[in-house]
Amino acid sequence: MADAQTNTNPVKARPAPEQQMRVVIVGHVDHGKSTLVGRLFHDTGQLPDGKLEAIEEMCRRRGMPFEWAFLMDSLKAERDQGITIDTSQIWFRHDAREYVLIDAPGHREFIRNMVTGASNADAALLMIDADQGVRRQSRHHMYLLQLLGVREVAVAVNKMDLVDYDEDRFRAIETEYRQYLEGIGITPRQIIPVSAREGDNVATASEKMDWYKGPTILETLPQFEHPASAAEQPLRLPLQDVYKFDDRRILAGRIESGTLNIGDELVFSPSNRTARIESIESWNTDGAATSAHAGESVGITLDEQIFVERGEIASHEMGAPIESDVFHARLFWLAETPLEIGTACELKIGPKRVDAVVEQIERVIDIDALTDHDATRVARDEIADVVIRTSQLVAFDEHDNLPRTGRLIIVDKHLTLGGGVISLGIYPDQRQAVTVRGTNLTEVDHRVAPARRIARNRHRPGVLWFTGLSGAGKSTLAMALEQRLFDKGYQVYVLDGDNVRTGLNANLGFSPEDRAENIRRVGEVAALLADAGLIVITAFISPYRADRDRAREAAGDAFHEVFIDADVATCESRDPKGLYKRARAGDIKEFTGISAPYEAPVSPDIGVDTSGRGVEECVDELVAYVTENFSNTR
Amino acid sequence: MDRLDILESRSVYILREAYACARPLAMLWSIGKDSNVVLWLARKAFFGKVPFPVVQLDTGMELDEVYAYRDQYTKEWDLDLIVIDCPPESEMDPSLPPMTRSAARKSAGLGNLLDDGGYKGIFVGIRRDEEATRAKERVFSPRATDGAWEFRDQPAEFWDQFTTDTPENAHLRIHPLLHWTEIDVWRYTQRENIPVNPLYFSQDGKRYRSLGEKNITAPINSDAATIDEIIEELETTREPERAGRLMDNEAEDSFERLRTSGYM
Repeated sequence: MADAQTNTNPVKARPAPEQQMRVVIVGHVDHGKSTLVGRLFHDTGQLPDGKLEAIEEMCRRRGMPFEWAFLMDSLKAERDQGITIDTSQIWFRHDAREYVLIDAPGHREFIRNMVTGASNADAALLMIDADQGVRRQSRHHMYLLQLLGVREVAVAVNKMDLVDYDEDRFRAIETEYRQYLEGIGITPRQIIPVSAREGDNVATASEKMDWYKGPTILETLPQFEHPASAAEQPLRLPLQDVYKFDDRRILAGRIESGTLNIGDELVFSPSNRTARIESIESWNTDGAATSAHAGESVGITLDEQIFVERGEIASHEMGAPIESDVFHARLFWLAETPLEIGTACELKIGPKRVDAVVEQIERVIDIDALTDHDATRVARDEIADVVIRTSQLVAFDEHDNLPRTGRLIIVDKHLTLGGGVISLGIYPDQRQAVTVRGTNLTEVDHRVAPARRIARNRHRPGVLWFTGLSGAGKSTLAMALEQRLFDKGYQVYVLDGDNVRTGLNANLGFSPEDRAENIRRVGEVAALLADAGLIVITAFISPYRADRDRAREAAGDAFHEVFIDADVATCESRDPKGLYKRARAGDIKEFTGISAPYEAPVSPDIGVDTSGRGVEECVDELVAYVTENFSNTR
Repeated sequence: MDRLDILESRSVYILREAYACARPLAMLWSIGKDSNVVLWLARKAFFGKVPFPVVQLDTGMELDEVYAYRDQYTKEWDLDLIVIDCPPESEMDPSLPPMTRSAARKSAGLGNLLDDGGYKGIFVGIRRDEEATRAKERVFSPRATDGAWEFRDQPAEFWDQFTTDTPENAHLRIHPLLHWTEIDVWRYTQRENIPVNPLYFSQDGKRYRSLGEKNITAPINSDAATIDEIIEELETTREPERAGRLMDNEAEDSFERLRTSGYM
């Protein structure tokens, strides 16, 4: 669809300019970030005409000595207060490469502006005042940069003129800070002693620090490298929109990683619908593309008109993203109001928006000492590990594998409250559990109506889903209840954990995905047996709400959640299988209640507290529940 | 992907985010080189169509060539054009310096557009490299009804997650070109063969580097008569782009005052 009018006079294209390198300048307030930028411009002869005089005039009017920072601090309020309020950018050319220098504020009040500036950077230059040494924002900024995904780092120890260009002072700061960077997994390209005000080691080597043999700031910039292309990684195309401007139905989005080709079969997560790419659409390009790669904003059409919507992630079937409604995130919190357990919020993962609850605050990280502590809330500017539960299944990746689809932001109405990087940890990928493999399936109806089974058995069918910690009494109560009900004439059967694992689920191990599959199968079998008219009692820890919800979905109204309730201490003192002892010794990893979470039912159909009570007493309660709820006359 | 591909892809992403989340939308079309590129990028993003109105804030003071360009391409590109007549200078804040007061007419025209149109998002073709306060802008910049820019309290914006919701009665300024430079605009114009207003090319040793109203904009000395020559000139110049925009330097903060009260 090239526009004829505009293409009648093609011009010879100039060689494509190199990609710009975006460098953010960060560090504690007043450690000289804006000054460095001004100095760099001046010493390389790149100040715009009249700028020097304009700055001199501004300083004269304020009765203050010449201030390089006025080059970047363009707002009057910034000049009057002598601090950078918001991030700024300036273009800079050196050695055939173009740099964008991003000046980020160092005052702790403006962390969110610093995050804004730094998130677009390819590399970072961190400034430390030689006189003051490593300060809070020296660490905080770097920790945030690491979360934001900036890996290319150099450090300038500034204001060396204030410490008489003393080598020992520089070495002490260098050692301390290098150790900190190591602790968060960053290896700096250089650590450079500098005086931005005097110009030492900025654009020219310092004569006053002949003990330093390394490169200047200007010589360090070319060492920064762009991250490798993500085209070789698994395909991720989060959908931004679906257009129908003409007879084409175009799916639009940006490829965050990987490569797609015409004819590829795509799966859309989490709807799990599939279709093939019929065409790659574009406007005013030379011919139609047959493939597209990471970084490109594309439009595609499909061979089938399946329903997909904004926020779904298109991928290949092999190496599709994770699907879950519960996961871990390492968050940086920017909002004034603290984050608390149970906070309801909205998440954005790429273009996908979903309601969520912060279910757990696992730890708050002390970014100075790199230690962590328990907390019930996360204050502004703190970093914390949390567990998030979404209201529906969402598709994402673990940040360590695919950063661009492994991060989220938390929003409240129009405000961005914080950001975070995602990991799955002990939680299972639920994709397998929700995927229907078969196609061309047609369900057929039974000729025996459920009412006839109820009439013959003289009770209603159902699933009594026991959940609780190991040692809470699930198996014991299940077997005792089965016996009592059978004796009273009920058709009843127990599905028990260890029994099922020797047969139906003998091929499953103990990975998070296998555990989820174990529960899924039990839920389906229980639903089938209930459909056959039986009362089914299941005895599985089934610690995750998502797994139990799926079992409830399989059995529908016949599902009864039974919380067999006893605290960890009680269960551990019973320890019928010796499992707690082994878990405490570290022989069993991820043992529920010890090293893995148990998500108690929110509103169980019945709860049975077994602490300090006999089996018969508890069974009485359960029999009463069954009598009341499974009567054929109800 | 080369540099222009990267810039284009991000701009297209921004345009599509706005179209998905911030409708009804309108685009300010000053008919200069930058907003022509934004218009072009919109056609890229939406496969040849511009699915929202384009708005000219008309002071009646534009150069003739600007009006000619507008009329020709509104037709050829099938644009939904809205022309807003800006209120007269006599209604502007008398405390502003004279040129700045003249420029403020456009903010007032934009205010009228917002009052009448109920737009949630307005595309504006500003760039960070053209002026220092613009360098501090967000891609999606929330504004109060009166258009005021709360530069002390801008929202966080990272990982290409934009502020797409606004409080009642507020709107978003959306800046798809914010990360481009002046040279990028010319290189892209050349690559895509976007029609260029002849005022940008040298005639009798002068050309317009930045197009504004004739009463407050001056041409610069230049012999650049082709895009290649313009790019060559820009690669070596130390003259700021808006040197010909007379209102910028009337006072230290004249442009800042314009912007905080709603100017583009």
